Amino acid sequence: MNQLSARQLFWLKLCIFVVASLPFARLVIATMYDGLGANPLEFITRNTGDWTLYFLCITLAITPARKLLQWHWLIRLRRMLGLFSFFYAACHFLTFLWFDHFFEIEEMWRDVVKRPFITVGFIAFVMLIPLAMSSSNWAIRIMGGKTWQLLHRSVYIIVPLGVLHYVWMRAGKNNFTQPLVFAAIVSLLLGIRLYWRLKKTV
Amino acid sequence: KLAATINPAYASNEKKTAYKDVTSYNNFYEFGTDKDEPAVNAHTLKTRPWTVSIEGEVNKPMVLDLDALLKLAPIEERVYRLRCVEGWSMVIPWLGYSLSNLLKKVEPNSNARYVEFISLADKKQMPAIRFPVLQWPYTEGLRIDEAMHPLTLLTLGLYGEVLPNQNGAPVRLTVPWKYGFKSAKSIVKIRVTKDLPKTSWNVANPSEYGFYSNVNPEVDHPRWSQASERRIGEDGFLSRKRKTLMFNGYNEVASLYAGMDLKKFY
Repeated sequence: MNQLSARQLFWLKLCIFVVASLPFARLVIATMYDGLGANPLEFITRNTGDWTLYFLCITLAITPARKLLQWHWLIRLRRMLGLFSFFYAACHFLTFLWFDHFFEIEEMWRDVVKRPFITVGFIAFVMLIPLAMSSSNWAIRIMGGKTWQLLHRSVYIIVPLGVLHYVWMRAGKNNFTQPLVFAAIVSLLLGIRLYWRLKKTV
Repeated sequence: KLAATINPAYASNEKKTAYKDVTSYNNFYEFGTDKDEPAVNAHTLKTRPWTVSIEGEVNKPMVLDLDALLKLAPIEERVYRLRCVEGWSMVIPWLGYSLSNLLKKVEPNSNARYVEFISLADKKQMPAIRFPVLQWPYTEGLRIDEAMHPLTLLTLGLYGEVLPNQNGAPVRLTVPWKYGFKSAKSIVKIRVTKDLPKTSWNVANPSEYGFYSNVNPEVDHPRWSQASERRIGEDGFLSRKRKTLMFNGYNEVASLYAGMDLKKFY
């Protein structure tokens, strides 16, 4: 398992691509067949938000998993997982712009500025855009490895912002179970990095 | 089945929300906080035998069983808009009669200023009671004049049948000009009081859920706008959300709040 041939890696990536697309396919099909319950638009909004956080957590788990298991090929999957995070975040943002504001940019903007939980979610989404845009080998070459890495470390801010967005949204209904599970997972994923970093410097 | 005569004053020409949606998309935290959970979990609720105790600042306190409640006044069908504080709405044909019929029977005394509604809180029947999401039992309240208003419906059924469990069986309140959470479900006790009742959502989060909680497009919930709403089954995908109306469109209640600053008393 420590080594994967190019062929094996290709099939693995293809499988992950298909599996990662399933939540989206399910939303499209269920929408067509009226399978999302009484408030399908709320369902789509929440579901795409959930999947954004799932993929962000999986992406953040790659480096620790690679280190602990010594499966170095895991790094080859990270870009695709990161891009899926962005894809679901973009779907989530689009549902907000479409179903909540019917593409009225000005009205949407007022909502973003006025409501802290939306502000935070919006900032996190905007911060994801440069990461998605610089996810090619070409971009790494142009920017240089160091600058690229520095830019991509902003994900350590983006993910907690995403979780805060969720916690804050739920605060209105006093229902914190799921957001706190995310908070715990993200704390673990970031904490382990901090721990390794401190151990190295000591 | 529950027989009722249509009250033409409340026979709306709006499109009614599908029965399936009315009975599968519910906020009833005693059976779970997700909106599909009450329909799945509420089969454990036993609605017979059932009694409602009416007590407090009244001359004739009484305990009525369900049959007595069903016979207390003629059952009417009234089509009301339901506006949830979360920004969605439905149109539902409820069955019941004005709560004032019941309150007149117990004769509120001169101390009577508020009415408190207390829901069942039984761990055995209601699985989600073990989560401290809200203060149990679920408690709601109205000012006595709001409770006596003819619009305030003591509700025993919907769509021509007795209330499905997930909709607050066997007896609930429907106060159509207030956000949905003001309409307590599965009521076991009605207390007429002198002092302002401590209501569950207000206790949980006083800055977000006021005692009055009248539908008001001009007073936003801090987390979301109340200016518009998504009518379940109609709005959002191909058309934009509709504007929310003051008092959910029931302007006949405006006189109850004459001279009050409804931005302050939200």
